[in-house]
Amino acid sequence: MKLLRLAPENTKFPFMRFRRVSYPFSAFMSIVSVALFLTFGMNFGIDFSGGTLMELRAKTGAADISAIRTEMRKLTSGDIEVQGFGSPSDVLLRFGVPKEGAAAQEQTVAAVKNALGNQYDFRRVEVVGPRVSGELVQSGTLGVVISIIAVLCYLWFRFEWQFAVGAIIATMHDLLLTVGFFSLTRLEFNTTSIAAILTIVGYSLNETVVVLDRIREMRKKYRKMPTDQLIDLSVNAVLPRTIMTATTVFLALLSLVIFGGEVIRSFSLAMIWGICVATYSSVFICSPMLIYLGLRNVSAEPAPTGAKDSKARPGAVKTA
Amino acid sequence: MLRFATWKVVSILSATLLAVLVIAPSLLSPGARAALEAHVPSWLPMRTIVLGLDLQGGSHVLLEVDAASVLKTEVQNLRDDTRRLLREQKIPISGGVAMLQKGVQFHLLDAADGQKIMPKLSQLAQPIGGTLLGGTAAPGLDVKDTGNGTLQLLVTDDALHDKVRHAVDQSIEVLRRRVDALGTTEPNIQRQGDDRILVEVPGLQNPEKLKQILGTTAKLEFRLVGQPNEDPNDVEQLDQTEEPGKIPVEKQVMVQGEDLTDAQPGFDPQTGEAIVDFRFNIRGGERFGEVTSANVGRPFAIVLDGKVISAPVIRGPITGGSGQISGHFTTEAANNLAILLRAGALPAKLTIVEERTVGPGLGQDSIDAGKRAAFVGAALVLGYMLITYGTFGIFANIALIVHIAFIFAGLILLGATLTLPGIAGIVLTIGMAVDSNVLIYERIREEAHAGRSIVSALDAGFKRAFATIVDSNVTMFVAAAILYFLGTGPVRGFAVSLALGILTTIVTAVTMTRMMIALWYQYKRPTKLPI
Repeated sequence: MKLLRLAPENTKFPFMRFRRVSYPFSAFMSIVSVALFLTFGMNFGIDFSGGTLMELRAKTGAADISAIRTEMRKLTSGDIEVQGFGSPSDVLLRFGVPKEGAAAQEQTVAAVKNALGNQYDFRRVEVVGPRVSGELVQSGTLGVVISIIAVLCYLWFRFEWQFAVGAIIATMHDLLLTVGFFSLTRLEFNTTSIAAILTIVGYSLNETVVVLDRIREMRKKYRKMPTDQLIDLSVNAVLPRTIMTATTVFLALLSLVIFGGEVIRSFSLAMIWGICVATYSSVFICSPMLIYLGLRNVSAEPAPTGAKDSKARPGAVKTA
Repeated sequence: MLRFATWKVVSILSATLLAVLVIAPSLLSPGARAALEAHVPSWLPMRTIVLGLDLQGGSHVLLEVDAASVLKTEVQNLRDDTRRLLREQKIPISGGVAMLQKGVQFHLLDAADGQKIMPKLSQLAQPIGGTLLGGTAAPGLDVKDTGNGTLQLLVTDDALHDKVRHAVDQSIEVLRRRVDALGTTEPNIQRQGDDRILVEVPGLQNPEKLKQILGTTAKLEFRLVGQPNEDPNDVEQLDQTEEPGKIPVEKQVMVQGEDLTDAQPGFDPQTGEAIVDFRFNIRGGERFGEVTSANVGRPFAIVLDGKVISAPVIRGPITGGSGQISGHFTTEAANNLAILLRAGALPAKLTIVEERTVGPGLGQDSIDAGKRAAFVGAALVLGYMLITYGTFGIFANIALIVHIAFIFAGLILLGATLTLPGIAGIVLTIGMAVDSNVLIYERIREEAHAGRSIVSALDAGFKRAFATIVDSNVTMFVAAAILYFLGTGPVRGFAVSLALGILTTIVTAVTMTRMMIALWYQYKRPTKLPI
């Protein structure tokens, strides 16, 4: 059977030459992301902004969105959003936090149920007070920051410092661009999106570590080779794996986008963007960073001993 | 590479078998499961996977103890205690004891009394913390002389904090009794942070009823209705639940809900109206008997949470410690009131700060969507591996299926909750598990291209890829662990599936695949690598 190969054999693509293009490009994209975030902000879901969300389904036939909208205008003067959602019989209602506070939120829910309960089933009702949402923002941000620090420590311990710094810069780059993606697409940002962001961080690091691992190995093998050639060689060596893995994860996420339902669609879309950015940054941002950080080839240092090498790989596969 | 110890083969196979056994009950329909349960020995675990509220439907309500109301009660008690102490010690003051925001204040007629009274005043509050584990206990009350014989007693922040914590503990007990009385399955009630309580009730059809049951303080009081000639200071105007307008009620509480031992919904045999029958303990019964004997002919107000439910006229002494509350209830309202009275009153007001309700229909839809996505995703990945790596792809796919089985078995054994983001996490770990195999296989190809023999290429491929797999998985695991400790609810579910997936990757994608390749090699003795 002829096996499928997406990546050509023995590529000798000069990746490092692209750093003169990739760095300005990434810098531009990062600035755009920050600018988008600062000007448009994020489409925060009620987890973060506080408010009320209701998902309705018409008991018979399609939902009459404009009728619901007029009905809602009668009930409250605050922010209301009425939108179609999934199938034609589904509607999503969103209310901002009323000035009167949490008690008024409860009243709004009761009033809506009263007004629409005959024609619609209430499939989901979520009410988040403004104070709770602030705490969720805090714990979410804290999670991202602490995980990056922990990972930085781990990489510092396992590799040279240049590798750790390169990996962190690549990860921050991916984070920024994901934030920009959320801002631009207006995908709802909620606690599940925090999970998505952290998974992107994880995936980004995974990609970076695989490339860095190979660079570390190649340095021991080719001690005389200039750093940029060495990195090119390493990136080319792992290229088939990079393409293969990105494709499988992409396939898994694609099925989530198409079949996973409305609730996790924004999660899945963000993840797809995340794996694209992470794959790009591991090659074009993290690896060239080693050159900029002045990583010298091993020839300048004493060669690592065999004992140290085996120590650095706990549980290496042994045949019994 | 080629030889594989028998014990390894046996342990991997038995772990796989065990995983399948653990999962089996969850795959059966409820009917088949019940039938099976009757036939297997009882020591066999028949646990099924716990579905999160987002999947099975249900209500999640986060309540917060109102620190302001706790403080208010505390200050009121402090004022009463201070008055009593001053009276007992016969210490004259000018004006009364005034309530401040965080304490009380009064002015001594003779400033010299201050020295005498201050140590006694500071004993009014219990010291806070530390006595069990040693360490110094902080004073619960801050007593200070602001000059000119004016004394201030302020509740310390520590004391208030302690009271709030205590109120949370007490509220959890009360809420548990209330929710249990609703008769739904397995409610989860737990403390969250210092001043919050999380209530999760799966599969509840009517969240309004739950919220009503949770949010009611249920403080029941029996008080006499005020008479026209009474001192207006002893009477307050209270709202009525049945009729518009207010009704004058004496401030003095005759009998309290604390003395109730039981409450049951019932029907009045004469009018057919829904009522609540109640029974007092001995103290309450005696008190109720005394009050009713002394006040025949006067209306007696039944006050719940500051509202008068009804004010029937006392027709004769009610001894024997039981009575009934009528107030034009519906059957359901009588039932709810009985539940609330039985469970007791909440020590402080609780406010709902977050509420999430998923209807059972949406829950089912989410499960279906999740299943569909998982099956399609898995099929795509399996197919792609097969057409890329052929025979080795089959090995990777077998390992992948076992990997998924391990994740679910792990979730069941841990009693972890499967949520929608959790399903997403599983789909992602499928990708990560595949990555491990891809790393190995690409490495084998590389080594073979570099001119190694088959056995040595296989061996080098596994060895070299392993370090990379460990590094990349540990970084992912670090992220998942932090997500677990900092996240709540669904995010946590996601972190658990992710972490489990990473752990089992090492077993399935590395060891198990290697075993299959070794066995395959011994059997086939190929002259060329098929990848």
